[in-house]
Amino acid sequence: MKADPAGVLTGVHFLDGDHACCEGALAAGARFAAGYPITPSTEVVERFAARVPKVGGTFIQMEDELASSIAIQGAVWGGAKAFTVTSGPGFSLMMEHIGYAIMTETPCVFVDVQRGGPSTGLPTQPAQSDMMQARWGSHGDYEIIALCPNSPQECFDLAITAFNLSEKYRVPVMFMMDECVGHMTEKVIIPSADDIEVEPRHKTHKAPGTYKPYECNGDGSLVPEMAHAGEGYKFHVTGLTHDERGYPSMTVATQQKLVGRLQDKIRKAADDLVLVEEDSTADADVVVVSYGITSRVAQRGIDAARAKGLKVGKLRLKIVWPFPDQLIKRLAKRAKAFVVPELNLGQISREVERAAAGVKTVCVPHAGGGVHRPEDILKAIQEALR
Amino acid sequence: MSEVDYDCAESTNPVEPFLRSDRMPHIWCPGCGIGTTVNCFTRALIDSKADLDKLVVVSGIGCTGRVAGYLEMDSFHTTHGRAIPFATGLKLANPNLTVVVYAGDGDLSAIGGNHLIHAARRNIDLKVICVNNLIYGMTGGQTAPTTPAESTTSTNPYGTFEPGFNLPHLVDAAGAVYVARWTTFHVRQVARSMQEAFKKKGFSFIEIISPCPTLYQRRNKMGDGLDAMKYYKQASKVRNGAPTGEVGLTKTGEIAVGKFVDRDRPDYRSLMVHQFHESLGDEYVEMGECACS
Repeated sequence: MKADPAGVLTGVHFLDGDHACCEGALAAGARFAAGYPITPSTEVVERFAARVPKVGGTFIQMEDELASSIAIQGAVWGGAKAFTVTSGPGFSLMMEHIGYAIMTETPCVFVDVQRGGPSTGLPTQPAQSDMMQARWGSHGDYEIIALCPNSPQECFDLAITAFNLSEKYRVPVMFMMDECVGHMTEKVIIPSADDIEVEPRHKTHKAPGTYKPYECNGDGSLVPEMAHAGEGYKFHVTGLTHDERGYPSMTVATQQKLVGRLQDKIRKAADDLVLVEEDSTADADVVVVSYGITSRVAQRGIDAARAKGLKVGKLRLKIVWPFPDQLIKRLAKRAKAFVVPELNLGQISREVERAAAGVKTVCVPHAGGGVHRPEDILKAIQEALR
Repeated sequence: MSEVDYDCAESTNPVEPFLRSDRMPHIWCPGCGIGTTVNCFTRALIDSKADLDKLVVVSGIGCTGRVAGYLEMDSFHTTHGRAIPFATGLKLANPNLTVVVYAGDGDLSAIGGNHLIHAARRNIDLKVICVNNLIYGMTGGQTAPTTPAESTTSTNPYGTFEPGFNLPHLVDAAGAVYVARWTTFHVRQVARSMQEAFKKKGFSFIEIISPCPTLYQRRNKMGDGLDAMKYYKQASKVRNGAPTGEVGLTKTGEIAVGKFVDRDRPDYRSLMVHQFHESLGDEYVEMGECACS
């Protein structure tokens, strides 16, 4: 369906990534946010707090990130599209409720504007060191979706994608920004509402009494349809292992069926969940794999290497989770090496190395607090070819 | 409107329409008081002719956390301690719902203590039913913030020495508009307080002292469920309007019961709507039917 024009600030703007992310959320139909102040993410909810009373929604500043990350889920079951926004320390506190959203299949978006860690780390400086936490941070087995914008424009565009994917697959979607992208101000073009596709909530049309909240439709979809509280369905939702009725069931069979389906609904959609920017990879000897702010620094290194006559391809991941294994495998048939710069000490590079299965993979680590020097990326490209 | 036929409910088992019979038997121990509170709750629903389609029960984790799963209404079994913030988001997104938080003392006042005081401070329109059995039951009888001093628990095998929380005092101080305490001996009073809370707009808190024969009383040589009823009957003193600072519990002493607080002040949403009307005038758009529904 098309976006609700009330939330779409059509026009050409000069926005930082945090503000653009807020506009993307509004355009996607988010009408509820709960948050707790934390640098460098707070501007997202500050803008939302100013904007949303004029478009028919609510922001509440909660007492902590635990509260924020579950209040949004209450709002979702009350009928809203909802999100929360945080940075590393708050993201750590939200892990339990990412698991709750996975288990209860509550569509919502978690924005993490990454900063240096561990612990309080570097509150005002960038990192990309929560990427594995986004994938694995909550306990138990699950699949997740995570996106990484590299500009304010993408903070807008991909925020809409994040909400859309959360509705389509009924999963919490991680929107993994970083301090640089969050605080970088650039031109952001917001189209008219008619040009924005928004995934509606997939509501059941069954009558109360015949509806089972966790039963798949039989059309092959692994994503059950939702009902909202107050509609007469009298459904039960629990974080316990549950059957199709939503009732707790502590059996091996129920666990296998449920957790298996929660994995499969993402794994089997892996082809639908590849979103990348690919440039000159077809005949590349080296492919530089990057995401977020690092992709913009990497571009300088790639340009410098090409100026020296090296065949360098570029692969930028906009969706990082699920990881595009098949794409890396395809590139690995031709490329001699992968170079993976990232603002951590080696997280996504391990995924590339795994998927590349034997093709040389060079991590260009950086502990955060700044960005790479382009010459370090150039050097890594040159060394990868030796 | 709800499909429950209240007249019919009177002539058969009055509790039946409110329970998920296909989930029986429940997990609670013999002598446990949680089922008694559920009985009182259904009585309050009958007497207040509540619209069950618009009534939502939100629970946390623990023995009392299981209440939501047994009630035939929209019900959410959330994470440990977080029933209140979940309910906060639910109520704000759909103000037409009556949102009941049904949880235990450990869930509400230990891991969820921060949410409890902030929801009371904000005066979120929630009906909080706190079943206080003075112990962590589900996990095997560990000390709770409500466990009276000089009790024996699995984590204080040589006796507890921390002072326990006086929950009515806590939520009164934080701003709750309705605060009552009863025991599971006081079934009519519990049901009446629940009815009053349904009518009250704002943060209402009903503490129900409830026996845990299996994990609290046995370790403390306090008998079984029946002995608890005898103790509640003998030790309870109705002290309506008592200053909540004076209603703290001890292991074997007086149990002050009654309605301690019943006052009016605007709830969170009323204040929010008023503020936005004042500041934004015609620009303000109240949260309506959500775009995604």
